[in-house]
Amino acid sequence: MNAPVDLDHARIAATTPLDRLDPSNPAIFRDDAWQPYFARLRREAPVHYTAESMFGPFWSVSTYKEIMQCELAHKVLSSDSLHGGITIRDRDKSLRLPMFIAMDPPQHDEQRKVVQPIVAPANLAKLEHMIRERAISILEGLPRNETFNWVDRVSIELTVSMLATLFDFPQEERRKLSHWSDCATALPMPGGLIENEEQREAVFAEMLGAFMKLWNERVNAEPRPDLISMLAHGEATRNMTPREFMGNLILLIVGGNDTTRNSISGGVLFLNENPAEYDKLRANPALIETMVPEIIRYQTPLAHMRRTATADFEIGGKTIRAGDKVIMWYISGNRDEAAIDQPDRFIIDRPRPRGHLSFGFGIHRCVGNRLAELQLKILWEEILKRFPKIEVVGPAERTYSAFVHGITNLPVRIPG
Amino acid sequence: MPQVTYIEHSGTEHRIELEAGKSVMQGAIDNGIPGIDADCGGECACATCHVYVDEAWLAKCGTAGEQEASMLSFAATAEPNSRLSCQITMSPELDGLVVRMPEAQH
Ligand code: HEM
Ligand code: FES
Repeated sequence: MNAPVDLDHARIAATTPLDRLDPSNPAIFRDDAWQPYFARLRREAPVHYTAESMFGPFWSVSTYKEIMQCELAHKVLSSDSLHGGITIRDRDKSLRLPMFIAMDPPQHDEQRKVVQPIVAPANLAKLEHMIRERAISILEGLPRNETFNWVDRVSIELTVSMLATLFDFPQEERRKLSHWSDCATALPMPGGLIENEEQREAVFAEMLGAFMKLWNERVNAEPRPDLISMLAHGEATRNMTPREFMGNLILLIVGGNDTTRNSISGGVLFLNENPAEYDKLRANPALIETMVPEIIRYQTPLAHMRRTATADFEIGGKTIRAGDKVIMWYISGNRDEAAIDQPDRFIIDRPRPRGHLSFGFGIHRCVGNRLAELQLKILWEEILKRFPKIEVVGPAERTYSAFVHGITNLPVRIPG
Repeated sequence: MPQVTYIEHSGTEHRIELEAGKSVMQGAIDNGIPGIDADCGGECACATCHVYVDEAWLAKCGTAGEQEASMLSFAATAEPNSRLSCQITMSPELDGLVVRMPEAQH
């Protein structure tokens, strides 16, 4: 299923009867062919119902304004894992993990407040030096005049060593973090990273074991500014069940891993696709400040978030019924010309670049948004000091997923 | 026209005239005053337009609504006099309003 089959996306997007259009097919994202599907939805049906898909029936919300409306409607649009959580794919009920991204108030609010201080301005300032050191050592180790996979050598390496620091997790074992994150979001399929849910559970159990060890060490020690110590001592989290603890860990690992990784990869790709922007950046590195949010918009590392209606809800002239699944397609809202000027262009000096949907809005807005930006900013500062050009020398390969909008392989070469 | 004074975290002051009916957030954006990000453009959905309202003005600004209070409760730098400036609408009674910016908007 994962082997690329040639689908004529432009034709499918244009000619499929509207009520049968299914923007959730992961092949659309793997083939980088999502644009015409969503352009049609935005034009013809900003709130649209797909009756049949591999994820069952669902509503698509594809325009910026309507997505914002959903973000503010958390009282009727639930994130709770009991209703299916925050991704289009329902998991087997017994396997659902409790984590605050997939909770509603008041529990969500209590747990979020415990984690929030890790990204307070003072803490970010402390992290800056450490992120820069890691970025420098990773960049200094890159080969010249040789093709390599940017995703593996830079994007994964940097985000994972960052995460290890946030958790104060042993640096030597940091690649375990990305493995766990990949397993948490992988679609089970034959020959895939995980083949079934039992395998996923086994990976989670291994992860829980490793983290329980760290928890036990830290719960009896003085509080420290790492995430595990904060969870172990926080009033709202210290009595979490092992399953809740695991849910929150996965949240922080996936939240801070895949997304940042794919933004790091996306940036290199977009600058290569837009040489005039690359020239602008080289001439004026101060543009990194506005380029970083633009990269995050243009990539949209999470293509959607899902909600489930708990009461009937009117939006865009349609009535969503209690129990229905609602998909907010950020990837589409970020290309809505009613909200963003020339949305299909990558422009590194937009006047107000943070108005994009990639971090969500409302009570679940990304906890790590400024931390993610900080990592990208530092990385690009250090890249520009060293390499006038990173050349993409082959086609990018992309993740087979309607949720994680990712790049798995990006062959590059650094001349020099 | 009513006036508002914005004081950056560094202490730098900006006094502007702000038409009644516009939000205090909009005043900062339109005048290029740094320290208010307003990522969501005034939808009460991002909490990056956070300000501290000078005590003397707190009552006149009214109280935060439910959505605003939730968003503010997540801001690491929130204080009892915190408000989201996109939710404060300028009026003649607010002429002379003073707001201060937090260390950072997240
Ligand atoms: C470019 C990078 C990132 C992107 C695009 C991203 C995207 C998102 C989105 C869309 C949400 C909203 C979820 C919802 O509405 O249901 C979210 C929530 C969250 N993110 Fe991120 N994220 C990124 C980086 C990070 C980092 C670095 C961290 C780690 C500190 C993180 C931790 C979280 C957490 C804990 C939540 C849950 C917030 C809540 O439910 O209240 N994210 N993220
Ligand atoms: S501008 Fe987003 S909450 Fe005020």
